[in-house]
Amino acid sequence: MNFLLWFFLLVQLSLVSFASDPIRVGSKNFNESYVLSEIVASLLESKGFEVERKFGLGGTLVCYEALLASEIDVYIEYTGTVQQAILKGSKSGSTLDEMNELLGEEISLLPPLGFNNTYAIAIDKDLAADLSIKTISDLGRFPLLKAGFSLEFLNREDGWPNLAKTYGLSQNVVGIEHGLAYRAIKNGSIKITDAYSTDGDLKKFELIILDDDKKFFPDYLAVPIIRNDISAEAIEILSQLRGKIDDETMRSMNAKAVVERLSFDMIARDFLSIDGEIKKTYKDESLWQNLIKNTITHIKLTSIALTAGIFFGLICGFFAYNRQRISGFVLYLSSLMQTVPSIALLALMIPIFGIGEIPAIVALFLYSVLPIVRNTITGLRSIDPVLKKVVVAIGLTERQQLSQVLIPLAMPTIIAGIKTAAVISIGTATLAAFIGAGGLGEPIVTGLALNDVNLILQGAVPAAILAILVEFLFSLLERLILKPHMRQALNLN
Amino acid sequence: MKNTVELKDVCKSLGSKEVFRDLNLAIPAGIITAIVGESGSGKTTLLSLINGVGFADSGSTYVFGEPVTSENLLQTQRRIGYAVQGAGLFPHLTAEENISIVARSIGMNSDLIKKRVRVLLELVHLDQELLKNFPHALSGGQQQRVGLCRAMMLNPSLILLDEPFSSLDPITRKALHSEIIELQKATSVTIVIVTHDISEAMKLSQRIVVLKDGALIQEDSPENITSQPANQYVNDLLEAMS
Repeated sequence: MNFLLWFFLLVQLSLVSFASDPIRVGSKNFNESYVLSEIVASLLESKGFEVERKFGLGGTLVCYEALLASEIDVYIEYTGTVQQAILKGSKSGSTLDEMNELLGEEISLLPPLGFNNTYAIAIDKDLAADLSIKTISDLGRFPLLKAGFSLEFLNREDGWPNLAKTYGLSQNVVGIEHGLAYRAIKNGSIKITDAYSTDGDLKKFELIILDDDKKFFPDYLAVPIIRNDISAEAIEILSQLRGKIDDETMRSMNAKAVVERLSFDMIARDFLSIDGEIKKTYKDESLWQNLIKNTITHIKLTSIALTAGIFFGLICGFFAYNRQRISGFVLYLSSLMQTVPSIALLALMIPIFGIGEIPAIVALFLYSVLPIVRNTITGLRSIDPVLKKVVVAIGLTERQQLSQVLIPLAMPTIIAGIKTAAVISIGTATLAAFIGAGGLGEPIVTGLALNDVNLILQGAVPAAILAILVEFLFSLLERLILKPHMRQALNLN
Repeated sequence: MKNTVELKDVCKSLGSKEVFRDLNLAIPAGIITAIVGESGSGKTTLLSLINGVGFADSGSTYVFGEPVTSENLLQTQRRIGYAVQGAGLFPHLTAEENISIVARSIGMNSDLIKKRVRVLLELVHLDQELLKNFPHALSGGQQQRVGLCRAMMLNPSLILLDEPFSSLDPITRKALHSEIIELQKATSVTIVIVTHDISEAMKLSQRIVVLKDGALIQEDSPENITSQPANQYVNDLLEAMS
């Protein structure tokens, strides 16, 4: 009960923090989306709006669900994606007006920004020259070339399955995170991947785009997708972006991010000031500031989830351990929980909890419960049966039996469970960045989007250090709680 | 003679195995009664019916003249001292904490607890200094003495001893035997001792109950059992001790 109350309080707090109504700008977790969303955010800020950035959300579904759930107000979508992934290939939605009709009253598309970032198929320049591959049709002659596609591309209507059908392709295909695909081509583990036609990385990795000779890929015009409840003035400002960014401009901004390593903020302000719309008011966070901010968020996410997990896990364990059927059920349920892939669990949270810290905390909480419940039940069950008989026979109430004898005896196993849960939480919390919860996953997600190993390490290294630190702290705690003579008595040494 | 424990037509199964069918047994007050039997004879199950760790499937169990129910269970258990093979001390508590665990949990005054512990230590010839030790730092005999103190802490009307001496060396065992007899004479508490060793039963008890496969084979004084064994099994038991 306490837990529910406490949780309710958290939800309340998060609502309060939205009271001042900033415009919340989302972005997907790839380079171009970051650049465009930063342009949107900077533009709004330059016009005096307060903006909240929720960048690096894990893909179209997460962004769109977040928009529906009113967790974000605007992000940049592509017309082809709206047709295929959001409107599920509905035939009538081919023009902007038709799409707006189908999207309903809450959501609208604003006029296109100008460029067309269609899906494309990319291969190594030299390989293409060697095999004289110029078009997607040419790939039909090389069924043995291994392809690695992003999971989104593998599952879209306008993705691989229908592309293969249209062109009669039969390549062997693996799923690969888009941010890693170009690297995989460079080291030769795959030969073909999906790309975006405005991708700034194509040049850097010396890849070329194959001609879509059968005109399979639909248009992917970039459009702001907004909630209609933002201010008319903001909508007016965003509409002014119409036609301002052509293919070449986009490609060059993308290259500035991935090749020249300029910050999104810098690129956006550069773009906007060229247009003569804002004066530069530069603020940049240093590496250390970011590191500290992300680490604090990370610790906050995991510690709240872990505290709730300990509380709930212990109560479940104490209640279930001597009830055979219930403990079987509890263990079964928590193992089942553990088999749900983390990113799927996070995505499932969005319709219920929106995006941000709360769904991340709930997901981390669900993950941390299993090891705690399991170890509590195992710890209590594996106590010497003679001691269990004595503790029942000498006239202690059930509560006294637990608090004075059974829990202290099970404590080493219980602490081991909590330790496992803590380490798992810290690892899993890096995925929370996909649903906008921040933390050390943020540089990892951004780094993947930018093909930037340095940035990835800025998240991965502190996360690993944090995990080791937690492991160490718990070992220390074990030493404090379990006095040496007791460890010996319990056969721990 | 008044009976401390009475079992009437008790049936009890553990899982699919029937332990007792219509068992009738009375344990007289103020003496030491020994329950003798091999493992599987039902002697441990019998103890668990008396101290409320288990309940009979049918029939009735009276302790101190009252049927044991879930309402009076804790009260009844606190009037029964319980010591087991290997002492069964809680490894995370000191000797003193082990002895006083129930007394503390029912809110007994700490001065009273200290006084009572001192009396008990003298009774079992244990050194005060050992009180602060954890069980693993005590010898087998010392552990068993602490276990006895724990059983006697609340001044029980009935003490159940479940093979308490079987893991001890012969010298310690002999010393503890005479301490138990002394203690019983001094307090005239009712004692039930469960053992597989009929010679131990002969030395300690005024009354012996022989159990085999859940059935009561013979119930009599040690002298009568020696002179008139009820059947071949009792005879074999007696011959096996030498």
